[in-house]
Order: sequence, then C-alpha cells, then structure tokens
Amino acid sequence: MKMPLGKLPESLRYILAALALLMAGQSQAQEPIRIAFIDPLSGTFASVGTSGLTQLQFAADYLYNDKGGILGGRMIEIVPFDNKQSPTETQIQFRRAISEDIRIVFQGNSSAVANTLHDAVTRHNRRNPGQEILQINYSAVDPILTNEECSFWHFRFDSHAIMKLEVLTDFIAANEEIKSLYVIGQDYSFGHVVSETTEQMMAQKRPDLEIVGNEFHPIGQVKDFTPYVTKIVSSGADAVLTGNFGADMVSLARSIIDSGLEIPIYTFYAAYDGITATLGEDGKDQIHLVHNETANPIPTEERRAFNLAFKAEHPDRDVTQPRIVNALSMLVKAMEESQSTEPAAIASALEDMRFTTLTGDQAWMRADDHQLFQSLHISVHTDEGIEFDADNSGFGLRTIHTVAPEDNLIETSCRMRRPR
Amino acid sequence: MIEVLIFATLNGLVTGLLLFMLASGLTLIFSMMGVLNFAHASFYMLGAYFAYSISLYLGFWGGLLFAPLIVGVLGALIERYGLRKVHDSGHVAELVFTFGLAFLIEEAVQFFWGPDTKNYQTPDLLDFPLFTLFGQEFSAYRGFMITISVGIFVALYYVLTRSRIGIIIQAAITHPNTVANLGHNVPLIFMLVFGVGTALAGVAGVIAGPVLTTFPGMALVLGSIVFVIVVIGGLGSLAGAFIASLLIGLLQSYAIASDVGMADLLNLLGLEFARDHPLDDLWTLTLPQIAPLLPYLLLVLVLIFRPSGLMGKREQ
Amino acid sequence: MKTLVKKISPWIGYLLLLLLLPQFFDSVLAVSIFNQMAIAIVFALSYNMLLGQGGMLSFGHAVYFGLGGFLAVHALILIEFETLTFSIIYIPLVGGLFGLLAALFIGSFSTRKAGTVFAMISLGVGELIAASSLIFVSFFGGEAGVSGDRTYGPPFFGVEFFQNIEIYYLAAAWVFIATLFMYLFTQTPAGRMANAVRDNPERAEFIGYSARWVRFISFAAAGFFAGVAGGLFALNYEFITEENLNAVTSGRVLLMAYIGGLGYFIGPIIGAVVLTLMNSLLSNYTELWMLYLGILFVLTVMFLPRGFAGFIMMHQLAWTRGKLKSLALPYVKTGVPATVFLAICVALIELSHVEGEALHYLGLELSQDSGLTWALLLIAATAAFIATRKTLPQLRNAWIEANHMEDSSGEADP
Repeated sequence: MKMPLGKLPESLRYILAALALLMAGQSQAQEPIRIAFIDPLSGTFASVGTSGLTQLQFAADYLYNDKGGILGGRMIEIVPFDNKQSPTETQIQFRRAISEDIRIVFQGNSSAVANTLHDAVTRHNRRNPGQEILQINYSAVDPILTNEECSFWHFRFDSHAIMKLEVLTDFIAANEEIKSLYVIGQDYSFGHVVSETTEQMMAQKRPDLEIVGNEFHPIGQVKDFTPYVTKIVSSGADAVLTGNFGADMVSLARSIIDSGLEIPIYTFYAAYDGITATLGEDGKDQIHLVHNETANPIPTEERRAFNLAFKAEHPDRDVTQPRIVNALSMLVKAMEESQSTEPAAIASALEDMRFTTLTGDQAWMRADDHQLFQSLHISVHTDEGIEFDADNSGFGLRTIHTVAPEDNLIETSCRMRRPR
Repeated sequence: MIEVLIFATLNGLVTGLLLFMLASGLTLIFSMMGVLNFAHASFYMLGAYFAYSISLYLGFWGGLLFAPLIVGVLGALIERYGLRKVHDSGHVAELVFTFGLAFLIEEAVQFFWGPDTKNYQTPDLLDFPLFTLFGQEFSAYRGFMITISVGIFVALYYVLTRSRIGIIIQAAITHPNTVANLGHNVPLIFMLVFGVGTALAGVAGVIAGPVLTTFPGMALVLGSIVFVIVVIGGLGSLAGAFIASLLIGLLQSYAIASDVGMADLLNLLGLEFARDHPLDDLWTLTLPQIAPLLPYLLLVLVLIFRPSGLMGKREQ
Repeated sequence: MKTLVKKISPWIGYLLLLLLLPQFFDSVLAVSIFNQMAIAIVFALSYNMLLGQGGMLSFGHAVYFGLGGFLAVHALILIEFETLTFSIIYIPLVGGLFGLLAALFIGSFSTRKAGTVFAMISLGVGELIAASSLIFVSFFGGEAGVSGDRTYGPPFFGVEFFQNIEIYYLAAAWVFIATLFMYLFTQTPAGRMANAVRDNPERAEFIGYSARWVRFISFAAAGFFAGVAGGLFALNYEFITEENLNAVTSGRVLLMAYIGGLGYFIGPIIGAVVLTLMNSLLSNYTELWMLYLGILFVLTVMFLPRGFAGFIMMHQLAWTRGKLKSLALPYVKTGVPATVFLAICVALIELSHVEGEALHYLGLELSQDSGLTWALLLIAATAAFIATRKTLPQLRNAWIEANHMEDSSGEADP
C-alpha cells in the first residue's frame, strides 16, 4: 500500500482541476460580469466619485440587470474601489482589481489620475499578454490620452478639453457684445491647456477680441478670490472663462458675483454636487457651462423615464454625468456584438461604433484615437424652464446652444498600435 | 492702477484681520500651554459648519451668536478630557495630539455634513454694496467682517491688559505655580483660555464661511498659514500676531494684484532667455502665481535670521 | 558566543520572515501590500531617526522621500533612453543619495535649533517644496508627476522585473539592509549622542559635543534613508507625483512612527505594517476608514503615549518574572466587553451613514429605519461599556500584582 509521496498531490490536483472546470462550465451562464469603478469615494473629492458610482450602478440595474442581464442572463456587477483621488492609491486599487480578476476598469476623475492609470494599464498589458485590462475613461479630459499617448486599451467617453474649448470659444466669438475676455485658471496642466488654447483660438476667431488677463492661481490654495476679482474688474473684461473645478470654482464665482460684476462666466464644471445650490439665485443667467448630453429641456421620453426612476431611488442625487450611462451602454453593446467579455474583443467592437444615446444623440467612437464624438451643448444656470434641477435647489442647467458632432471633429496625432 | 491699489489694500485688510482672529486664539493658547494647536483651523471650520446648520433655523445672526459658543465649549471639553491627559507625555505628544485632532475633525465634519459644498449665505441685511469705487463694489458684509475683527482685537487687548481676569491670565502664563499658590485654579484658567481661543476661531469661521465657501477642505487651506503667522509674529505675542496677520494679508493681496514676473526682472537686467530652456518654468514665473507661497518663504527666512519672530521675547 | 547568537537571531528571523512572506500569501493583492509595507517600513524607520532618536519633530520629512523618488524615476528614464546603463537594483541608492544631498542642504540651516523652531522650518520648507513641485514642471512633471519603466535596465541574473513579486524580493533585500544599517547607526557614537542631545542638549554640549552637529548628522542620515524609501517607491509604482512629497505624506509618516511607538527601534515597523494594512484592507469595507484612523490615532496618543511597541514592551517585566499568565484572564475579562463596545460603536456609526439600504455587519442585517435596532444597539453598547468599566479595576490590580511586588530589582512601571 506504499504510495509514491510525490504523486498524491499531483493526482489530487488533476481531480481538482477537472472539478473546477466542470463547475466553471456550469456556472458560466450565471457568473456576473464584474466591472471595477476606481474613483474617490472618501476624502475631499468623494462627492463627485460617489455620485458617479451611484449613477453607474443605477444604470447597470435599470438598463440591464432588471431586464434579465446581458449575454444570455449574466448580470453586471459594479465593484467600487476607492482611490481617494490619489495617483498612488489608484495604482494600489488597480492591483486589487487585477487580483480580483476584473478586466474592465471605469475611471473618470482627475486627469492626473487618469494618466497614471493609463500608464499602469499600458504596462500591465504589455507585460501580461492574454490578461489585458480595458480602461474606460468617462470623464478625464486631458487631450493627450487620445493624442500622443493614445492606446488601444483606452476609450474616452467625454469630449476632451480642446473639443470643449472649440465650442466655448465659438460661442463667445459669436457674441459681438464681448470685446474683451479674462482667462483665469488653476495652475496645473488642465488650466494651462485652457489658457493657451483659448488664446490661440481667440486670435483666429476674433482677432479684435482682446484677452485682457490670463491668470493662474495655485490649485486649492486660494483662501479668498476677491484680489483676483479686483484685477478682473479693473481690466474691464466683458466675460470670464475658467477651467476651475470644485471649491476653487465656487469661491471664484461667488467672489465675482459678490463684487457686483455682472458679466457672463464660461466654465466647465460649475454645476451639481452642492455647487448649483451654493450659486443659487446670485448666479442666475451668469454662469455658463459646456457639456455633453442636454440637461433641460429633456428631449426624449427615454431620458425622462431614466431620470425619474433615478430620482425616485436617489432623491438627494442628480444624473450629473449621463456620459457614464453612455459608456456603459456602448460597452454592453460591444459585448453583445462580439459575444465576449474579453477586453480585446470588446475593444475591437467598440472601435468605430455608432450609438444613439438616451437623449437621442448620435455618438461615434472614432477608431483612430478612441475618442467619442457627440453633440456638445452650452447651458446656462437658471431656474426657468428647468424640469430636472440640481441639488434640489430649483436651479439647474438649461441648454441654449448645441453643436452637432460632425461640426466638432478635431484631428488627432494618435498613431494607434493594435495587437495582432 | 490706483483702484487696484486701493482694493488690494482693502482685500488685504479683510484677509489679514480674518487671519488675526485665528492667530489671536492660537497665540493665547500657546502662551498659556506652550503648545501649538494644530487643530486650531479645524475649530474655525467647525464654527462655519455649526453656523450653517443653525442659520437654517435661526438665520445668520443666530449662527453668529451660538456657533462660537458651541465651538468654545467643545474646545474647552477637548482641553479638559483630551489635551490635559496628554500633557504629561510632553510637548511633542501634545502637538501630535492636536495634529491627530485636526485630522479627526475634518473626517468628522465629512461624516456629519457630507463632502459637498454647503450653501451658507451672507445675511440679507448686509447684502448691499457699502460703496462703489471705480465701478467696483465693496460689499457691506466685508465692512462688517472688518468691524468684527477690529472689535475683537480691541476687546481682547482691553481684557488682557486692563481687567482682573486678564492680569491673572498673564500671571498664569509666566508664573503658573505662584498663581496657583495664590488660590487661583490654574487648570480652570487653562481650560477657559482654550475655550475662548477656540471660540474666537469659531467666530472667524462663522463670518468667513459665507464668503470663503464652507467645505471640508477649508481648515486645510488656512491651517498652516495661521501657524506661519504666529511663528513670524513671535510665539506668544499678541501684537506680533496682529502685525504678522496684516503683513501676510497685504503681502498676498499685493502680490496677486501685481503683474510682474521673472521675465520683467530679466528684461530689467537686460537679459534674454530662450523659451525652451530647462529653466523655462523659473523664468516665466509671475508674482501672482507664487503669491500663496510667500508666507512660507517669509517663515523660513524669519526662522533662519530671527528665530524668535518679529516680536517674540523668549528663545525656544 | 551566546550573546552573539542572541543578537543575531532576531535579524535572521526578520530576514526569513521577509523572504518567506510571499510563500504564504501570493496573490497580486498580497504582494502589492507587502511592497507598500516595505516602502513604509524604511520611511517610518528613517523618520524615527529624527523624532524618536534625535528629538526633532519634522512636518516635512516627505520632502526627502519625494525628492529621492523623483530622482529615482528620472534615473529610470535615463536607463530607458540608454543615457545610463546600470541595473535597477541600485535605484534605491540613487534615491538615497539625492535624499542625503537635499538633507545636507536643508539641514545646514534647519538643525541649528531643535524644538518648535525646527518643526516650523520643516513645515515651511515642506510647503515650499511641495508647492514648487507644481511650478517646476520639467523636473516634477506637474500634478501628473513623472513616470518611468523599470524593465529596461540590464537583467539582474536573468530577472527583468516584469512582475511585482520580483520587485518584492528586491525591496525585501533593501529593507533588510536599510533596517540593519539604521539599527547599527543607533549603536554608533553618533546615534548615542543623538539620544543625549534629544534628552539634554546642554549637558551634551558640556561634554564636548556640538548639539547642532549631532542633530545635523542624524538629519542627514534620516534624509538618506527616506530617499532610499523613495527609490523603492519609484521601483514599485514606476511613477511619482507631487503628493508623495507634500504635507499629507509627511503627516502619514508621523502617524506611522507615533502609533508604532517612537521610543523603540521596532515601533515604526509595527506602525508601518498596521497603517498599511488599515489603508489597504479597511478602506475596502468602509468609506469611513479615515474617520476610524483619526479616532485610532487620537486614542493612541491619549492612552498609549509610547505606541503599540510601548504597549508590548510594558509587558516585558511581567514576562521576565513569569507573571504574564496572571494577566491573561483579566485581559480577556476586560477585552471582551471592550471589543463588543467598540464593535457596537462602529455599527452605530456605519448605520447612521448608510443611504437607505440595510447595513450588513458581522453577518447581521441592520436597518436604518428600525427604531428597535437603534434602541437595541444603544442598550447593548451601554451594557458593554458598563461591563468594561466594572472589570477595569480588576485588570489594574492584576497589572500592579504582576509588576510590583516583593521584587526590588524590577523598575516600577511609569
């Protein structure tokens, strides 16, 4: 009865492997498709991150899970990872996601984080062929990600900074009353992109329009914006353009309003998550915002139903980023088309995909650089004609100008390297 | 140009006086206990948040009245049941305790009020321009801020130098044992001073909240600056803190208002520079860009050349 | 001979532990956590050279960590573009040397005084460098930082460092070497004098040592090892950003060293391990982990002024006297209700935080809307609290019993 010692574990291993295979085969149909959501869920930036997570989870349930799942009954499971908006934490959470065998990663907040995640994904994919990860960028707008640094494994579902600025500067240029513009922004890459691009574009579009100020302030360090506003006032500017976000946005807008300056302020991020409520009556008709997906008036019944259902489940929250929903929907469409959950197959299916969003928008994922193109809007902060307000304040965004996707095509310097 | 100068001065005054309200409490606490309270700006934040919550029911003025009281009582309790316990382990432990407290308060604020920016507004009563100069309004609320700050400085100065309690406090700073022997309850005085100091920070929070935005990061923005002021002014010196507050407020305001940069300096010296030089970042630097850094630069310079600060008396 | 074995055996144990850890936990996540720990241990130990051994409270120690890390990443980039060719195993040394350089420069004026002046200069310098890192984009890369790739160097005995586990063994080697040298430093005259200057600078001056010079040496050494940690960071993450040299990182290392225990060499190691675990594991269960961290920190400062290591070392006397067993029962008696009390407090905090949904906690499903749940939790918490208070005197007596008795040679517990 003597058994060779080394053989036992090996034979056991075969049996176990066979069993595992059997079980996997059986549970394949029910096993959920897991998607990582890496964004700040604690700390100062938590409000934007948790709001995005709520929307993504709601969209997954409302659009797919409640209707029996996708790919023949598989559910979508959103797995949250808290990166505290820190590049280092993002890396740590990314490794966690890998160790949990997740192959698709959603991330949106902060271009710095998106860039480091992008680097990490690229490196991981190069070093671990066959176990690639797909990065779904739903919000980071640094143009570099779909230009010099573009990658086959990265898809962006928001218009990048230069696309948005193109629309914003066109809109400003068309307004003959604006003869001078003041640009102010946070002293970091996005702020610099805004400042430089605006100067360039304005010089082309309206040579007579004078940029009377181009100011940077340290990010998150300014206590009081009044000294900056003093400069704006004395420059005699007819309009202000800023790429500020978060508390820097609120403080700047409040200081401008408090000083009695009644000129339009053109922004990227001056709404939702407490900002709309804080600006309230004072900012009415003054704050302008460039974004995709109309907020008000709601163009389609599908969108209305979605928003109402969301509000019913989360009365204190708003649908702040419809692009998250678009990203998920297009991802699912790619899975259905390729009948696969493998990143490589999904990525191929996403390339050149055309998609109609809930709002009835025609969206197109350009294969050359993995940048999504859809119509962009300029909206104004007001309480008139608002069906879906923000922060339950009665105030919200009403769209006053729309640019079709074909009028917003921007060339890319991307030279995409595709896996064979 | 003249209007920029005038408004820069006014803005600098507002910021400086606001900083003084924080610095005064901090320096009082330091003179008493020899401990720099890292959590001081957190009490300022608590003031703003409490006032916001109270203002929802009792309006702004209710907040102004009650929020500093709550903050002061909270501060006194923390001194009594926290700091005093740590006191035996030495100054480093106390400093680390307040450091941890600052961390904890920020988290607690997020827990109770959430991470969003709060819609805390100035009172309607003061919602009018005090005067308009060269087309720019100076709001009545800012005038009110100046009045309150100056009022507190005068009152504090009067109490400390003229009143009986002030004399006891001053005596307790230098000769705690003698004061105790005279029958005064020194620990109680410590607790009161800590309470009053934090309440002052609370007042600053109440009046700054509506204009500087009430959000969980507001303590962090101000936290180390107040430290800088107290150290530059000279640890334990109220007058030094006053001067340093105004100095830093005005310095930052003027720096922002200015338009000079390294490029101008180089031009003045008749130097040219290439755009793609590795030191390009340095040469394109402007004064407004580095305005918030100036206090730290000043701090390091002061500490190197005059470690006791502008008005400091005792050497550490 | 016997003393030598006694001296060396903990180090062999330490080395074995470092090498064998991945054998027991080999998931991607575990290796990632071990790498973080390795970096944190070196960093926290270097901080302890300042505060624990030299009595210099620094609020800007991350500067040397970060600068070392930045240079290490730049070295990686140079290797990638073949300007330089050397194996990446020396990268931590590059970081260390740059950390040393920075510390030599800043230490030349900041170590003149100890106490508050030193602390404030460290704060000011820390803020200045953190802020300039956003301004000088060509070196610091702005808010996105700089990134390199560790796989372009010449292979080290065939290892190309594609996987994190390979980096772990490299890091483990560096951690061992760094720990050993930092320990040896405490045994040198310079290390001993650092303690003397911390405790009483006047007396140290009196016997002929310049307090400033002694502080300067400690400061430079601390800067070097912080830079080594920064180099390890660069190897593990292959990028570094502004946040790695700002006040948050400086604060975190203070937290690690303090919670671990400043007075003991092993303290910061414990602190680094505990905090890394909390950071990576706790944050997956609750959004409120920072709140708990803050509470833990404040409670530690209040009740365990000598940190976890100090708490463990408190039992040394009872251990040598063989009285540890007599403490076990009282510990359990107080510990159980205290743990229950804390667990219920956590439940209450979490319950008030959830949005609408039910809270799954320790296998229970709690509902926010049920008043009964709240009442039961509150009653249980009160009961557990009373039980803790009731049994506390017993523990105190047992403690006194175990430490103070007929024995006269044993020092009384502080």
